Amino acid sequence: MTSNLPLYVIAAPLLTAFVVNLAGRFWRGSVAILSLGALVFSTISAGLVLQQVLTHGTIHYTVGGWQAPWGIELVIDPLAALMLLLISVVALLATFSALASARQELPGREHLFFTLYLILISGLLGLAVTGDAFNLYVLLEITSITTYCLIAMGKGRAPLASFNYIIMGTIGACFYLLGVGYLYMLTGSLNMADIHGILPGMYGSISVATAFAFLLVGVWIKMAFLPLHGWLPNAYSLAPSSTSVLIAPLMTKVSVFLMIRIIFSIFSPDYAFFQHVGVQHLIVWAAALGILIASGLALAQTDLKRMLSYIIVAEVGYMVGGVWLANTTAMTGAILHIVNDALMTLCLFLAASAIVYRLGDSKLASMKGLYRRMPLTMAAFTIGAFSMIGVPPTAGFFSKWYLILGGIQAGPWAWVYVAALLISSLVNAILFFRIIEIAYFQGGGEHGHDAVPRQEACAWQLSPLLLSAVALLAIGMAAGPLVEHLIIPALPAGF
Amino acid sequence: MNIITSLLPVAAVGISLIGAIFIILTNRRPNLRESVTLLIAVGKFLLVLSMLPTVLAGGGFVFTLAELIPGVPLQLRVDAMGMFFALVASFLWICTSIYSIGYMRALQEHDQTRYYASFAVAISATIGVAFSANLLTLYLFYEMLSLSTYPLVTHERNAEARVSGRKYLTYILGTSIGFALPAMLIVYAIAGTLDFTSGGILSNTGVSPGTVALLLVLFVAGFAKAGIMPFHGWLPAAMVAPTPVSSFLHGVAVVKVGVFSILRVIFDILGPDLLRSLDLGMALTYFVSITILAASLIALTQDNLKRRLAYSTIGQLSYMILGAGMLTAAGMTGGVLHIAMHAFGKITLFFCAGAIYVASHKKYISEMDGLGRQMPITFGAFALGAMSIIGLPPLGGFISKWYLAVGALQADQMPLLLVLLTSSLLNAAYFLPIVYRAFFAPSPAGTAETGIREAPLFCLLPLSVTAICSLALFFYPNVFLRLVEMAIAP
Repeated sequence: MTSNLPLYVIAAPLLTAFVVNLAGRFWRGSVAILSLGALVFSTISAGLVLQQVLTHGTIHYTVGGWQAPWGIELVIDPLAALMLLLISVVALLATFSALASARQELPGREHLFFTLYLILISGLLGLAVTGDAFNLYVLLEITSITTYCLIAMGKGRAPLASFNYIIMGTIGACFYLLGVGYLYMLTGSLNMADIHGILPGMYGSISVATAFAFLLVGVWIKMAFLPLHGWLPNAYSLAPSSTSVLIAPLMTKVSVFLMIRIIFSIFSPDYAFFQHVGVQHLIVWAAALGILIASGLALAQTDLKRMLSYIIVAEVGYMVGGVWLANTTAMTGAILHIVNDALMTLCLFLAASAIVYRLGDSKLASMKGLYRRMPLTMAAFTIGAFSMIGVPPTAGFFSKWYLILGGIQAGPWAWVYVAALLISSLVNAILFFRIIEIAYFQGGGEHGHDAVPRQEACAWQLSPLLLSAVALLAIGMAAGPLVEHLIIPALPAGF
Repeated sequence: MNIITSLLPVAAVGISLIGAIFIILTNRRPNLRESVTLLIAVGKFLLVLSMLPTVLAGGGFVFTLAELIPGVPLQLRVDAMGMFFALVASFLWICTSIYSIGYMRALQEHDQTRYYASFAVAISATIGVAFSANLLTLYLFYEMLSLSTYPLVTHERNAEARVSGRKYLTYILGTSIGFALPAMLIVYAIAGTLDFTSGGILSNTGVSPGTVALLLVLFVAGFAKAGIMPFHGWLPAAMVAPTPVSSFLHGVAVVKVGVFSILRVIFDILGPDLLRSLDLGMALTYFVSITILAASLIALTQDNLKRRLAYSTIGQLSYMILGAGMLTAAGMTGGVLHIAMHAFGKITLFFCAGAIYVASHKKYISEMDGLGRQMPITFGAFALGAMSIIGLPPLGGFISKWYLAVGALQADQMPLLLVLLTSSLLNAAYFLPIVYRAFFAPSPAGTAETGIREAPLFCLLPLSVTAICSLALFFYPNVFLRLVEMAIAP
């Protein structure tokens, strides 16, 4: 493999992070230019990589020319390439908004903030492409540690929320590392493909099962799969807007991707889904229960960002359940939902940050009369909400379609999951229409004859928001070709 | 049968969607804004009309907008059944638009731009439902209609509107996501397609009777816009909306979209043969009979005119399902035909209710004694509309009820005939006293000289037109009858 393009995708934000730290001290404006420049570069490169992978097949890139299984290998299969593009696009859009929020929330500290922010992005990009189980741990820690800091920069109880996350996150990382340790003892290798080749001979071993369990629980903590979700709502809602707008759409989705990697690239679907009787069903049921509980908890929230955080936890259940239904339709749904959910969460969190930017907080009660005050923001928010509810032709409808269809195809045992998905859609409808009611009916005076001053968010926040809302509609309308040309090829091999 | 690939159906659906943008842009110039509304209303009707000759000749139009899911495109197709519904809806939209202008200006309503824009989106969705080529496309437009009518139902923005809006969405959105969506997915999982195909798509799939029954229940419950009890509660609540909204959306578009969706499922998804072989059609007719009778009885007790009309609508909607459920030629003809006959009659009644409110600010029937002498045109039209709903000749409603009665005889179901007759009597019992009181009861003391006059011309004109149409449909039902025959022909 001659092209270094995949490496550049990851290296661009990483190197820029340090330049931002230096240059930002002298000239504030350089932060925006450098960060956006790096991410535009990553996005374009990621697009090219995806195109290459789709035409020429999986790219195996050996860092420094050291051959696997000894050297570090990057494996860019179609799914990883898709993730690269998704991460860089979401990060790029989020950055516009984060720049505006950071100027307001962290005046004078933008260069420090964006140093960590860019390192986080390159960590996420790295997670998508690494073909090495131990490297995955290192990158996981890079993303975690930067996230802890970025969350702790928030006001009030944010440092405490971050501390909670540190404890949970460290336990998760330890679990993952233990799992890798077991695998290393068993196989003497850390390269995923290598392990994948050696393991089948030992599938009966209890140690393999232990390793698998450790790895799974490790990433489940990372993705806040209920009941391991305790850290997420506080961390995401108390973090500065500039942080939450990046981590909320990406972190859980990348973790779901990692779960798929563990199941398919380190182990095999036969082992993961069918070796241990009952485990598959149990996990799908747990996912269903998680969806219901998280949706219920979302109902109890009085703050927009907290409510969205619980919805994220519920959505994690969608994807975990979809993967563990173990059929092609559900897997298509799960992967499509990774893309869609990242974009809908982005859209909603962009709207939330625009609202926080203008109103100062994200309490539901503060949102009175918002349709008159910020009509464009609320229009985009409404589209994001419809997508979460699953109203066609928004993107959210189609991933839900495949997930439910996968549940129906899986057989009667999966009906709990189907029911959970439908109930969660209904709960989402209640959640969002409650907000729409507040923003539409309350405030603004009787019959709205008195003028509420129109006060849109600034262009930095509005433009990515509108773009993400349009993307949700566009993806929905293009769902057929998208699934056919992008998602189906990205389905993990061996399935 | 020649099906032409053409942009015409797309234009017919899309014109008001594009129009909505212009309505928003002309926010500050009401005259221009209303001109846009009228222009797209007439344009839409002409577009629909231009496709009529081809459809009558046995042809059709089709256009695929996007590939959504393997085997299920976002596709518009014009066939006899869709044409029938689109013709009714787009014609009545012109009347409603004129009426809206009179009504909204007379009452100096607020937020008229939002009102007209939402209305334009709603009519797009209605025609979209009519021209849907498959169940997913139908579902898409169905939800679009639910959401675009929410701002209309809650137009008043007060506490009552808010509660009604909540009820509206809970019923409509809740049932469509909770019941219709899974039903659609089950059909797709079994048949691998969702295309509307004459005779149904489940016939040769070896599907178990239990599943068919489940699907029928899910679909009937899922399309709650049809107002079948126990999912009817939203309709009276939605009467809080301005009267043009109640007339068009809750007399014609929204409710008939519900009925239309159920009819599509019966005719083109589950299939009459399959339902007949399992006796599910009959089960459905007996189930909706309860709604027919109960709704009429409740209507008797309502003093608020619009609420009485709402309960009357609930009862009449189930006539259509009743006819379709008989699965006999005459029954199905009557059921589908009643969509048009009821639409013209009921919109007249609602228009009258609105005109009475505009002219006199009266909402309750008990206040309307002697009012007919001051508003003879309005109450004359009201009498015609009421007679059509009751099913008296020489009005359109007689024809559809005739077919329904014949259908009951063909199916050899005396109880259903009895239901139809009882209901007609009840209809007379809740409509005729209104007409009688308005014309013949003495005016309450001291109100005779208050100078109540007819509503503005913009209100009077549409209600006269629709009333005359109700009359005309008795003498010239041929186009509609032909379309219905084509729609139900196996």
